[in-house]
Amino acid sequence: MNYENEEFFAPGHGMCAGCAAPIIVRWILKLAGPNTIVTNATGCLEVATTAYPHTSWRVPWLHIAFENAAAAAAGVEAATKAKGEKLNIIAFGGDGGTVDIGMQALSGMAERGHNVLYVLYDNEAYMNTGIQRSGATPWGAWTTTSKVGKANPIGKLRPKKPIAMIMAAHGIPYVATANPALFQDFKKKVKKALSIEGPKFLHVLSSCTTGWRHDPSKTIEIMRLATDTGLFPLYEIENGDFENMRITYKPKKFKPVEEYLKMQGRFRHLLKNPEYMEKLQKDVDNWWAKYGKYYRP
Amino acid sequence: MTRMMIRGNESIAYAFKLARVQVVPAYPITPSTLVPEKISEFIANGEMKAEFVPVESEHSAMSAAIGASARGVRVGTATASQGLALMHEVLFIASGMRLPIVMGIGNRALSAPINIWCDHQDMMAERDSGWMQFYAESNQEGLDLGIMAFKIAEDNRVLLPAMVGIDAFVLTHTVEPVDMPEQEDVDDFLGEFVPHYVTLDPEKPATLGSFGFPEHYMEFKYGQWIAMNRAKEVIEEVFAEFEKKFGRKYAKVTPEFAEDADILLVTMGSMTSTTREFVKKMREKGKKVGLVKLTVFRPFPKEELREVLKNAKVVAVLERNISFGFGGAVYAELSSALSTLKEKPKVVDFIIGLGGRDITFKSLEEALSVAEKAMNEDVDEVNWIDVNKEAVLKAEGLL
Repeated sequence: MNYENEEFFAPGHGMCAGCAAPIIVRWILKLAGPNTIVTNATGCLEVATTAYPHTSWRVPWLHIAFENAAAAAAGVEAATKAKGEKLNIIAFGGDGGTVDIGMQALSGMAERGHNVLYVLYDNEAYMNTGIQRSGATPWGAWTTTSKVGKANPIGKLRPKKPIAMIMAAHGIPYVATANPALFQDFKKKVKKALSIEGPKFLHVLSSCTTGWRHDPSKTIEIMRLATDTGLFPLYEIENGDFENMRITYKPKKFKPVEEYLKMQGRFRHLLKNPEYMEKLQKDVDNWWAKYGKYYRP
Repeated sequence: MTRMMIRGNESIAYAFKLARVQVVPAYPITPSTLVPEKISEFIANGEMKAEFVPVESEHSAMSAAIGASARGVRVGTATASQGLALMHEVLFIASGMRLPIVMGIGNRALSAPINIWCDHQDMMAERDSGWMQFYAESNQEGLDLGIMAFKIAEDNRVLLPAMVGIDAFVLTHTVEPVDMPEQEDVDDFLGEFVPHYVTLDPEKPATLGSFGFPEHYMEFKYGQWIAMNRAKEVIEEVFAEFEKKFGRKYAKVTPEFAEDADILLVTMGSMTSTTREFVKKMREKGKKVGLVKLTVFRPFPKEELREVLKNAKVVAVLERNISFGFGGAVYAELSSALSTLKEKPKVVDFIIGLGGRDITFKSLEEALSVAEKAMNEDVDEVNWIDVNKEAVLKAEGLL
């Protein structure tokens, strides 16, 4: 069945104009259809879509707490098995709820092999509490807890946690990175993930206008740049088989990272310092030098 | 009915099996590990049809329990001590969402220092989590309360989760004979599981665990308050129905040798058995001492306690927990419950048997001598029994 013309994520929610998360959720639900149950970690998505007695969710939806969307989904899945039923079970978590506080529950769910699709919508900081750095915040980003000043001109001093690689190392059937700005690739991966039995992990980039400090009308453009500069590569890894990792998209010509950085207030301080820009460009170049061979369209 | 020799942990596992629990998410922790082990064995042998979820932590055990219960199946789990403490956050969510999960607790001390032996601190620390709390004296009680907990929790008037406490090692690892009810009798007693609450069902999509603003939050809490109060009558009904069907009598508060007693010893859990023998011995000596066993701590049976304790001169609360800065939790609540009486007994608190220290006749004699003194003169409100006070006072620089 094709449900692309139906809506399972209703309008009227309180997500910001220009936020990428509702785009991601709306389309994943269209691709999953009504035979779906969602669990959701605490975060913007949960808070802004379920202000009691209203809800944006036209599929069954469960929120328990911050760190346990994966464990909640595991429980829902076990009960579904006990009832002898089959359906899509999808967990949504932001980067804080996934790569930091929810990492243990996520790892456990993956290791136990639950039939759950876990979707990380990664806006690269704790946005719901007001832009604090997370394990997914990239090097050099300003946040309210990686502030930029005389003694620290860089912002966040540590690199982004490679969550997709970590999940792939669990050997689960399907791990992919995706970007709604590269829509066909995104759609293909969601469909593929939903068709596979067992634990699946999708790492989806999700821009945040307030945290990244960008014009709300530029969401798709900026996210597209994240991939076209090579900063957020799109790939998939099946069954932990790194040798057969597949990069699914490669720009014909990489854009300089500066183009991505200069559109966002969180990187403004880096622009004044060519040395930092070079470091970031080098990181990207190194990643592609190492993994570029896996581009298998 | 079959007579069987089982350990306390098995009483919880058998209760789950007889209740036809459909999902058991659990994590090992001393002294309750045998519960998930036994469930795993039941499932492997084909004796029990359930999904066992061997989670990676107690936090995830309770989270998965909530997820499964929200999906509309019967759920049981077990833990103890640090494991229960790790669940703390999610316990409030289970009760706030009105999910009738049942959990066996191997009552064990909390760190530090790390200690695996019996006291009631773990469950007492969760008294405000919105869960009903039952304390078993024996393995038979663990089994019976485990079965009854489902019926009470799932009652439409209640819809609250329940904990059944069995004392670490004294019960969890000790073999006792129990009367094992027949499956068909338990089926008949519990009925088929029908979730009387909104579940996660694609046919009827619902949002569970939504965001409650100040204009709604208090009404949810008031609902829990009403439910917990109504649980009192439901517990009574279920205890009565159980007695009719299985012949074993339960009460929230059970007085023994209490009618003419000057001094009443209030107990919970396995210490009751020792205290009963002690009371018998004291009676032989002509002392007017009685026993009051507290089986249900949440909802707190205020009315029953007032009725049972009102004619005593001294009420001695023996308890395996301590709320630093005040006294024992039972003492605090019981004193508060008695405060409405015009003529009330003097209540004296005894902190006893923490971290698995044995409660012996000698300990009880020490407590009783303070209680006897309290008949005629003022004594300390809170008394620590069987403690090397001198060593501690020295270490604290007071001696």
